[in-house]
Amino acid sequence: MIAELGLFALILALLLAIAQGTLPLIGAARKDAALMAVGRSAAYGQLVFIGIAYAMLTYAFVTDDFSIAYVANNSNSLLPVQYKITAVWGGHEGSLLLWVLILGLWSAAVATFSRSLPREVLARVLGVMGLVAIGFIGFTLFTSSPFERLIPAAMEGRDLNPMLQDPGLIIHPPMLYMGYVGFSVAFAFAIAALIGGRLDAAWARWSRPWTAVAWAFLTVGIGLGSWWAYYVLGWGGWWFWDPVENASFMPWLMGTALLHSLAVTEKRGGFKNWTVMLAILTFSLVLLAAFLVRSGVLTSVHAFAVDPDRGLYLLAFMAVVVAGSLTLFAWRAGKVGLGGGFGLVSRESALLTNNVLLVVSAAAVLLGTLYPLLLDAFGLGKISVGPPYFEAVFLPLMLPLLLLLGFGPRLRWKQDSPTEQLWRLRWIFGASLVFGMIWPLFVGSWSFLAGIGAFLGLWIIGSSLKDLVDRLRLRRESRQTLGIRVRRLGRSYVGMQFAHIGVAVVVIGITFVLGYDDERDVRMAVGETVEVGGYGFRLDSLDQVQGPNFDAEQATVSVFLDGQLMTTLTPQMRNYFSQEQPMAHTSLHRGFFRDLYVNMGEELPGNAWVMRVYYKPFMNWVWAGAILMAVGGFLAASDRRYRVRVRREDEATDEDAKLAAKDAVKANDSGAEPNPAG
Amino acid sequence: MKKRQKRLLLVAGGLAGLAMVTGLVLNAFRDNLVFFYTPSDIVAEIVPMERTFRIGGLVEDGSISRAEDGVTVHFRVTDTAVAVPVVYHGILPNLFREGQGVVAVGNLEEGGVFKASQVMARHDEEYMPPEAAEAIKRAQREGARTVGHPEGY
Repeated sequence: MIAELGLFALILALLLAIAQGTLPLIGAARKDAALMAVGRSAAYGQLVFIGIAYAMLTYAFVTDDFSIAYVANNSNSLLPVQYKITAVWGGHEGSLLLWVLILGLWSAAVATFSRSLPREVLARVLGVMGLVAIGFIGFTLFTSSPFERLIPAAMEGRDLNPMLQDPGLIIHPPMLYMGYVGFSVAFAFAIAALIGGRLDAAWARWSRPWTAVAWAFLTVGIGLGSWWAYYVLGWGGWWFWDPVENASFMPWLMGTALLHSLAVTEKRGGFKNWTVMLAILTFSLVLLAAFLVRSGVLTSVHAFAVDPDRGLYLLAFMAVVVAGSLTLFAWRAGKVGLGGGFGLVSRESALLTNNVLLVVSAAAVLLGTLYPLLLDAFGLGKISVGPPYFEAVFLPLMLPLLLLLGFGPRLRWKQDSPTEQLWRLRWIFGASLVFGMIWPLFVGSWSFLAGIGAFLGLWIIGSSLKDLVDRLRLRRESRQTLGIRVRRLGRSYVGMQFAHIGVAVVVIGITFVLGYDDERDVRMAVGETVEVGGYGFRLDSLDQVQGPNFDAEQATVSVFLDGQLMTTLTPQMRNYFSQEQPMAHTSLHRGFFRDLYVNMGEELPGNAWVMRVYYKPFMNWVWAGAILMAVGGFLAASDRRYRVRVRREDEATDEDAKLAAKDAVKANDSGAEPNPAG
Repeated sequence: MKKRQKRLLLVAGGLAGLAMVTGLVLNAFRDNLVFFYTPSDIVAEIVPMERTFRIGGLVEDGSISRAEDGVTVHFRVTDTAVAVPVVYHGILPNLFREGQGVVAVGNLEEGGVFKASQVMARHDEEYMPPEAAEAIKRAQREGARTVGHPEGY
């Protein structure tokens, strides 16, 4: 009964998506207010029915309904209840339902928060989102229904893959999907602008916060995936340049470019066509990611059971979206216009360089990811492209980008003097160069590459902080308190600086963990000590322990620093009752400057194991930086100017609204960015 | 005139940059392609020395031996026609078993021993690494051909 209710709700959601994807678009074309108004109700209705379907599936998981094939394949009565709830997205069908649910959430969010949009624009945006929803709900219903019955019902479920029984996984897919699906909003805005032929600063202002939020979620999702792989896969890697990681990294790179291009479109009315193109490409890469992961062309942790229909459906869907939107682009882009000119050294040219470098990086990742697949698909041989390629490409592309990042936010729009900026930043530049080159000496043996990485990180942090201080100092004569001056910076600006400092923190983390990690696979007998990264690791004992749905061999390892006991680690080799293969469970001691990582490999004769003993300096900086970037994205999206119209309608009279109105006027004025030069 | 020159400079600079970057990407791509060979290819000596590549096949039954240090492992990878000795230093994947599919990345050393830097096995109960399947398929195709033209006929 539960499964049939869920399926029925999903079918109703599809019907509503069809209504949402057609009527408002027709209404916008005919200027029919009633038809346009359908969009919003359809979006809410769709969310309700997808929510019902999702709740039904969750209920089936919690009550161990093994008469549903998907539940039987991905759950087990012994599974702890929090994992039963998250097991809903542990496989292909359920994770697709989560994807659809999140799409419904974004649609409803657009319907709720975009009341200030002109009617036609909102109708078109919701219409395009409806079309996207038709694609995904249809995909779920026709090829991947999670509600299919298993006849006869299974007595016991096959259990959730033990690798997925982890808190990291509870949040990784939802965050990632929030990001992926969020870019459909930016896409919908772009398509709406092409249809309507209206693409101006106001359009960019509507589209920008949605893009920033999607980007921030995607950042969190990718960061969590890396964090999860680091300790669950058990070999201490946190980024493999695996096609599945690349699949999520490409939309992130393109989305980052889009975010920066939108800044030019909003502030200067420039890069219009380019921005629209980036929005289309970003969403196309999201669809490509869905195809790569869900079609079975890849084999990885993420690859779901192979079914040629699914790949074909997704490929067709992607072809329709890409071909359709690019045709529309070719047809309508002339109407949209190019925007104003700018000088050789200006904020625009810096952002253009940023865009070119990011897009080229995304293209390089695309080449490395798709070429082996295409070659294989056409039977031209089997090759693979490993991390050395991606590293060889990324290093020279990222160095100029990071160097530029220190200057970019300080440059004036339209025209600036390069010598003036260089002069003003000479101390920061010199200091970060000196300290950056010295820093590696405190981590390990000096290397030029590590020095460069540390220099770039410090340079970005230094120039960001200097800019912040300059802007706060600028208004001192107006006798405002520091609190007001901080508030007047605007969340958009503060968010940008957060994100940029986040980039710097990631860069420092990557530099040191790549340059100075110490990874040792060693034989350890009970009582033996090994020295890794300056720490002593002693295997104290090997014991049998019991978990809720596994039993395990557990090693107790004492860690010593300078002869002092620092911590005790307890890695396990787990045998899950429902699985054939054992799984290593890592034990970690995390720290600000280093992680200690111990993992069990294989049992050897003589009361000994082969153990992985790793020392990972600055590992947590990589994820801390990702969090900073995401916080920056959310802050920027919550900037006052994106809400100002609503406020005005509400006739708010408090101090905040006055400030907001003032800022909005300034934002519309072309040269309005507050400038440290005064 | 000045504005036009500036624009020309911008376009030329952009194109030069783009050409440079494209060259860089393609060069890195060419240098870092990892080709796939089967054990039969290695025995036939069509495999380049001093270059990283992948081999695939089955772990030959009874071929796994562990050195004194407990960390260095020797085994043989077979495509059912011929087998190649492999040496690996480190922890093997959980599902590494005799008679199971395996893919290894590394390079060929003097004496025809494949020194693996990475060993991958299937990661769940159903799946066979595609390269391993490919190696066996090719070997069997070759085998069928030789059977079709047996010597002495």
